[in-house]
Amino acid sequence: MWLEPRASTSGAATILWPAGAILATVVFSSVLVMIAGASPLTVFWLVAKGAAGSQFALLETLTRATPLIFTGLAVAVAFRARLWNIGAEAQLYLGAVMTVVLGTGAVTLPSAGLIPLIMLAAMLTGALALLGPAILKTRFGVDEVVTTLLLNFIVLLFVSMLLEGPLKDPTGLGWPQSKRVIAEAQLPRLIKGKRLHFGFVLAIVSAVIVWVIMKKTVLGYEMRAVGHNAEAARFAGIPVNRVIAKTALLSGGLAALAGFSEVAGLKGNLTLDLSPGYGYTGIVVAMLAMLNPLGVIAAAIFVAGIFVGADAMSRSANVPSYIAEVMVATSLLTMVAAIMLMRYRVRWR
Amino acid sequence: MDDAQRPEAEIVLRLSGITKRFGPLVANDAISLTLRRGEVVALLGENGAGKTTLMNILFGHYTADEGGIEAFGAPLRPGDPNAALAAGIGMVHQHFTLADQMTVLENIVLGTRPLWSFNLGKAAARKRIRKLAADYGLEVEPDRMITELSVGERQRVEILKALYREARILILDEPTAVLTPMETQALFATLKKLVAAGLSVIFISHKLGEVQSVSDRVVVLRGGKLAGERTTSEATRRELAELMVGGQLPVNEIGPPSPGAILFELRGVSTRSTGGAALRQVSIGLRGGEITGLAGISGNGQAALAALIAGTVEASQGDIIVHGETIAHWSPRAALDKGLGRIPEDRHATGMIGDMSVAENVISEAYRSPRFSRFGFLDWKAAASFAADIIKAYDVKCPSPEARVRLLSGGNMQKLILGRALDGGPDIILASQPTRGLDVGAVAYVHARLIEARDRGAAVLLISEDLDEIQTLSDRIVVIHRGHLSRPSARGELSVMELGELLAGHGHDEGAHHVA
Repeated sequence: MWLEPRASTSGAATILWPAGAILATVVFSSVLVMIAGASPLTVFWLVAKGAAGSQFALLETLTRATPLIFTGLAVAVAFRARLWNIGAEAQLYLGAVMTVVLGTGAVTLPSAGLIPLIMLAAMLTGALALLGPAILKTRFGVDEVVTTLLLNFIVLLFVSMLLEGPLKDPTGLGWPQSKRVIAEAQLPRLIKGKRLHFGFVLAIVSAVIVWVIMKKTVLGYEMRAVGHNAEAARFAGIPVNRVIAKTALLSGGLAALAGFSEVAGLKGNLTLDLSPGYGYTGIVVAMLAMLNPLGVIAAAIFVAGIFVGADAMSRSANVPSYIAEVMVATSLLTMVAAIMLMRYRVRWR
Repeated sequence: MDDAQRPEAEIVLRLSGITKRFGPLVANDAISLTLRRGEVVALLGENGAGKTTLMNILFGHYTADEGGIEAFGAPLRPGDPNAALAAGIGMVHQHFTLADQMTVLENIVLGTRPLWSFNLGKAAARKRIRKLAADYGLEVEPDRMITELSVGERQRVEILKALYREARILILDEPTAVLTPMETQALFATLKKLVAAGLSVIFISHKLGEVQSVSDRVVVLRGGKLAGERTTSEATRRELAELMVGGQLPVNEIGPPSPGAILFELRGVSTRSTGGAALRQVSIGLRGGEITGLAGISGNGQAALAALIAGTVEASQGDIIVHGETIAHWSPRAALDKGLGRIPEDRHATGMIGDMSVAENVISEAYRSPRFSRFGFLDWKAAASFAADIIKAYDVKCPSPEARVRLLSGGNMQKLILGRALDGGPDIILASQPTRGLDVGAVAYVHARLIEARDRGAAVLLISEDLDEIQTLSDRIVVIHRGHLSRPSARGELSVMELGELLAGHGHDEGAHHVA
């Protein structure tokens, strides 16, 4: 058995293969649901209803999608240039740290000045966190998969230390949590009394900006060239190492925005459970979107919908909400397979 | 070989009406071929003529859509790679399939012993290998590591491997591409001994001279079809060439050079070893209006020299002087800024970005110029119109500037690279293996463009492992051996055998460095 590259991929194939991937995910999940003793149709209906069946459900899905758009963009940008950033989780937390450092009263400015300031500072923190591994990669050939992955644990321990020490909320009854950000540092809610916040708008705008960067600018061109063939890029005079460094700054900055928007838009303070793995799920989102920045929006909403819907489903059907993780993981695997089958033909002889 | 008795010899291999389609492409169209005992048949054809497909079918890698194969009178099971081996057919690939960190003996025995046997039976194997080597002039020490062997010796190991498995039919795919003229002579002597012992050989090649000197019969493929079959002694070179190309051969006229000033110079340049051979104290000057040909056996440092001039490898010592100015920081960008046109050795790995479009590829060296970008934004319209210009001027066959480069043929990809490198009228041109793997028409096109550049006053460095190409195009020839350059010689000064001596490293007085 071997793979033969396809000369071209027809328009129908670009729809049918991903559709097949989703179908395979549904079939596989159905088997698990049946093992759990429930009817797949009921469960999928409940998941869909829980994700988008009411205004509340829909807003909750979009709220959950917001950090996933940021981390999905961070991963898509990095992967496009073949910088394997597995550390969006760390960059997210560092962005959150910077948000509470500046946003809990250390700086007092009106919202119009304070929010952009915190945003930029958070982005810079995340950017620098990825610049280190990028330089280690280009200078010394250190595998960034290892460094960025391990940095996740280091950063989480660092945040834990901060929350037990300098950033600890003195009024927090001993819980490891930071003080709440001041009113001027908070992102407004999009609908009064609901959880969906301005961070969602920032995420959409970011996706559009990233799309423009990738499609229209010199930097995006350089990133794609380096990602597709670094040797040819270097030969053509593209400064490969500098492009990788710029990619790292952009990717790290985007991931940090996820942390910023979760703290300033939703949670109000920093705790150790700020992110249930948004950094890692960002990889799934980016892959599902086939690294397309605009596709990231859809993929993030899809993944968030499964999580939110599964939570609602598990309350009424007797199926654990872990099924969401299985569905998301399965969809990643089937999607990766579908993308490969779009590009290659499998030959058995 | 006695031609008179050949027709009576038994037929050992018969391919009848082999047809293989890949979608709309017919790679092999009803090809029939017979091979007799004690005969060398040359399979002649350009790249893409269907030679490789035919051999892949013979070896069971592909299954033919129509037709069948008979070996020694018995039909060969299609689609089974072991069938051909079991029937006594051995193949020597162009790219060797040897385990570098093992000895000659281990490589030869590998796969011939059952997995559960405790010893390799080395003593008996060694004895048999020595005997085979002595019988057929394939001298190689069984206990040496493959890494220590020259390319010619490795090829001998591949042939021994086939003979050890009792192959009665030997297929050699472009066997001389990597050999020196002397090694080629030795290979031909071996082939003569093999056929005298009753083996049969299929010799795949696109080099007419070799085909004429080694084969009894020539089968010519063109565009997947059998273009003709000739008894070698009765066919002229021209006749074979025209069968291969399917018409008149394009001929490039090259006039006398009018050398100008030295435009590019290396003075005592060395590089660090990065895998292949490094350069040691290399000095060479390239004059305007002249093609300097750099010949060398693969792996003697020509890749390092090309990478150095292209800017992708740094010199560890020595000076790079362009237009009389010593350049402190040499890089791909510096090379482009100084007006070098560079054609890299490997189109796919270095020359083009396969998954990007034609337009994205043609601007890759100039995208920062105001012509293609403003305020960090690319002007895709300008890029597309530039691509359209190149496509037209360099006769690139491609559907549109938006087409992915991966879809282009090797020749069209090379034309695109030529267009990108030569469009600005560079006065220093580095052409590294510019015609490797191209068909005759594309080769002639590339040569014509290089001659044209030389005639308008550019200094051209042509690096090639193809001696015919070097001798046809070069006004001066320099030979590289283990990172050293030979004294340059003028066109026609050296015979092929003298050139062969230099290629093998004789006549390079090590330590002395010539300013070419």
